[in-house]
Amino acid sequence: MVNVIIEVSKYLMILLIAVYTYLNFSYFRFHEERKQRRVCRRQNTAMFVLHFLANLILYLKSGDERVVLFYLAQVIFLAAYIGLYQLFYRNLTRILVNNMCMLLCVSWIILTRLSFDKAVRQFIIVAIAALVTWIIPFIMDRVWQLSRIPWVYGLLGLALLVVVWMVGNNSYGAQLSIGVGSFSLQPSEFVKISFVFFVATMFYRSTDFLTVAVTTAVAAAHVLILVLSKDLGSALIFFITYVGMLFVATSNWLYLLTGILSGCGASVLAYTMFAHVRTRVAAFRNPWADIDNRGYQITQSLFAIGTGGWFGMGLYQGMPYKIPVVEKDFVFAAISEELGGIFALCVLLICLGCFLQFVMVAVRMQASFYKLIAFGLGIEYLTQVFLTVGGVIKFIPSTGVTLPLVSYGGSSILSTFILFGVIQGLYILKKNDEEDYEEDEA
Amino acid sequence: MKKMKPNPDANKSILWITYLMVGLFVGMIGYFGYFLQVQGENVINNSYNARLDRFSDRIVRGELQSNDGHVLARTEKDEEGNERRVYPYGALFAHAVGYFDHGKTGVEALANFYLLTSHINLVEQTVNALSGVKNIGDNVITTLDVDLQQVASDALGGRRGAVIAMEPDTGRILVMISRPEFDPNTLGMDWDGLIAGDNTQAQLLNRAFQGLYPPGSTFKILTVLEYIREHPDTWRDYTFDCEGVYACEDYTISCYHGNVHGHQTLEQAFANSCNGAFAALGQELKLDAMHDLAEKLLFNQELPLPLAYSKSSFTMNEGASTWEILQTAIGQGNTQISPMHNGLITAAIANGGILMKPYLIERVESAAGEEVKRFLPEAAGSLMTATEAQDLAELMRLVVTEGTGSAVRTDAYTVAGKTGSAEFETGRETHAWFTGFAPAENPRLVVTVVVEEAGSGGQIAAPIARRIWDRYFAR
Repeated sequence: MVNVIIEVSKYLMILLIAVYTYLNFSYFRFHEERKQRRVCRRQNTAMFVLHFLANLILYLKSGDERVVLFYLAQVIFLAAYIGLYQLFYRNLTRILVNNMCMLLCVSWIILTRLSFDKAVRQFIIVAIAALVTWIIPFIMDRVWQLSRIPWVYGLLGLALLVVVWMVGNNSYGAQLSIGVGSFSLQPSEFVKISFVFFVATMFYRSTDFLTVAVTTAVAAAHVLILVLSKDLGSALIFFITYVGMLFVATSNWLYLLTGILSGCGASVLAYTMFAHVRTRVAAFRNPWADIDNRGYQITQSLFAIGTGGWFGMGLYQGMPYKIPVVEKDFVFAAISEELGGIFALCVLLICLGCFLQFVMVAVRMQASFYKLIAFGLGIEYLTQVFLTVGGVIKFIPSTGVTLPLVSYGGSSILSTFILFGVIQGLYILKKNDEEDYEEDEA
Repeated sequence: MKKMKPNPDANKSILWITYLMVGLFVGMIGYFGYFLQVQGENVINNSYNARLDRFSDRIVRGELQSNDGHVLARTEKDEEGNERRVYPYGALFAHAVGYFDHGKTGVEALANFYLLTSHINLVEQTVNALSGVKNIGDNVITTLDVDLQQVASDALGGRRGAVIAMEPDTGRILVMISRPEFDPNTLGMDWDGLIAGDNTQAQLLNRAFQGLYPPGSTFKILTVLEYIREHPDTWRDYTFDCEGVYACEDYTISCYHGNVHGHQTLEQAFANSCNGAFAALGQELKLDAMHDLAEKLLFNQELPLPLAYSKSSFTMNEGASTWEILQTAIGQGNTQISPMHNGLITAAIANGGILMKPYLIERVESAAGEEVKRFLPEAAGSLMTATEAQDLAELMRLVVTEGTGSAVRTDAYTVAGKTGSAEFETGRETHAWFTGFAPAENPRLVVTVVVEEAGSGGQIAAPIARRIWDRYFAR
């Protein structure tokens, strides 16, 4: 009987996330608020049923009663987050809240399977992050000075990166984090946000050549320090984000072309100058030649994904722990192995859906400051998803970044919550404006 | 500070970047789907993939069968439901079929993924999955031939050595024997004894692929090929007067058992395996070209083989000493070759210079007998020109009609081959080699034999090859 439940649930979960993902895109078709709300309610139903089934399997397979308590805690959190957020902020975009919750569910499911303790830690961090970032839309609506302090963002960000570079803990050959008490903080996750604010404030003031030159120099400094810290993934994210924001601010094709070309040039230069870059590229080009060593992680990841196939091995029936750092950079491989390729594909489409929401916000904002922030954060988000998943499936060389909201890691969670909070704030700003306008009309 | 007017084209730029990024992202999703659908199977069928072992929780490992339909390995269940792998032919196919529970070797390793994948119909699979019953894995049909394998094994008797038989035009391996052997049915019980430090038998070693021996006179195939390349128009004019012992500087090279061959053309020297002639000829060769030729014929190279093997080695370079040149030219010295590699060179000669990739798996069938996958012959590359292959085939034909290969001289079919008696330690009997193909004019089966410490190739190894061909052509 247990067997039947587990097997049927596996396929039901795939069906449910597929339905959820479909609703995510069908949302774009509706413009009436009533219909949009109905889509969101259906999404919530799909999510909660999926979440229940997954935890049922986790409980049946592990026999651990803590799983039940943990499940209840998650349900309370999700219900409270979805319910209270819209109670407090009437004009928020519900679909984005839904997507956050769905990705968090996936994260908790796979982390509980990988390590119960880590899942609980992750849950606590999420709860704290949710509470802290609650206030962001409120602040954005009221504090106007945010656009006036470019050098605070720029210098603070640079200073943080320099500190990590100088005294950072070494993990897998890169300086990524600094220890604060018993916590380890990954400042580049937060500098990502301050960086977007810096660039947006600079281009909000002016887009003449001098400003562009100064901003480019500061952006280049960010990227350079990250490369020196061997944090290639973050360096790439910063670089792409900057080129994208510069183009949106100026609509100057020459800048875009120069940016892309200099990016290619810098890549070649980095390849010839740094051994760790060559190592990554070698592991990408032929991981099978060095399967015991440099190619180990990526080949294990490919084994996991390939063995799982479209429908997955089922929770607890694969060997995701064979992949080094599976709960962080390679969490996508674990999802694909046990929950299935279709499930993993849906996760990707949900991420893409979030990005499209960011773009819609960016397009609708009038003030170029907000426009740049929304789009800059959007580029950062999608680039990060692209880099982590592309690395895991050997589409591109592995750069060692996390899958936002899904990977284990406190800094990544908090910074992603801030990112979504800012977008949510912008959306609410816009909606409130529109309502004021309508009232004036009437 | 004065604010500039906001960029009026910002939204257009946003859309451009969005298209670009979504395009890349969709490309990645497409690749992910391609990987799952197309590449996945090839990637995961890898001995480093520990996940495949988990498949046995849901799948009953399928059968291995010979090419003529006999079962070489099957999974049986006892009354308590415990699974046991049974090998009906026991030690006969020890190295070819291999094992999978003390590490993985042989076809058991090669076909691991297919044996642990089920293609029974979906309804049955679903019912099984729901009721917790294991699905029956696919059967793998090998290229191995029970009849020929038995003949070869009997012919080799209790002696140490290896025998390989394969089709030169397809690469299908029909016979693969390594002796001494082990019994896969009792491997678990025998394991400690097999790997014990004082066990000098090395039963687990697949001598056909992993054994390295001095090639002896079979190497004269390469020496003569180099001479032909350097003298394309005049090589048939070469002559040598053999007095049984050839002296050069302070060194002497004797022919096998001190035979005096007298006046020899190159054809005769090759057919009679005259060491003196080849030692003398070796000194005329360009050593760097000889090295290139050896590497072109896969010495010091990876071999296109499906199972674990040892690389052959050829170390002579420009500036080698006279002694090394004398020795290397007649297949002694530092040169080492595996029996399979010797078979590959022979197969390429038999196939007009083109080497076909040897393979052991013919096809995969579902438990219900429906074909799931079929493996087709594949070329591994060209080792020599067709003309060179033709010249070598003629020389090897003379070995049988005029020279040391008289044991395979018969009216029933024609053979071309080369014998070898490889010295490996002073005072001990030589390793006996024979490698050849038949029929000489339209080759269908290559046979390569090595018998350790057994005497002359012509007397010991060639008769074993003959018994395989006798049976092969009798049916």
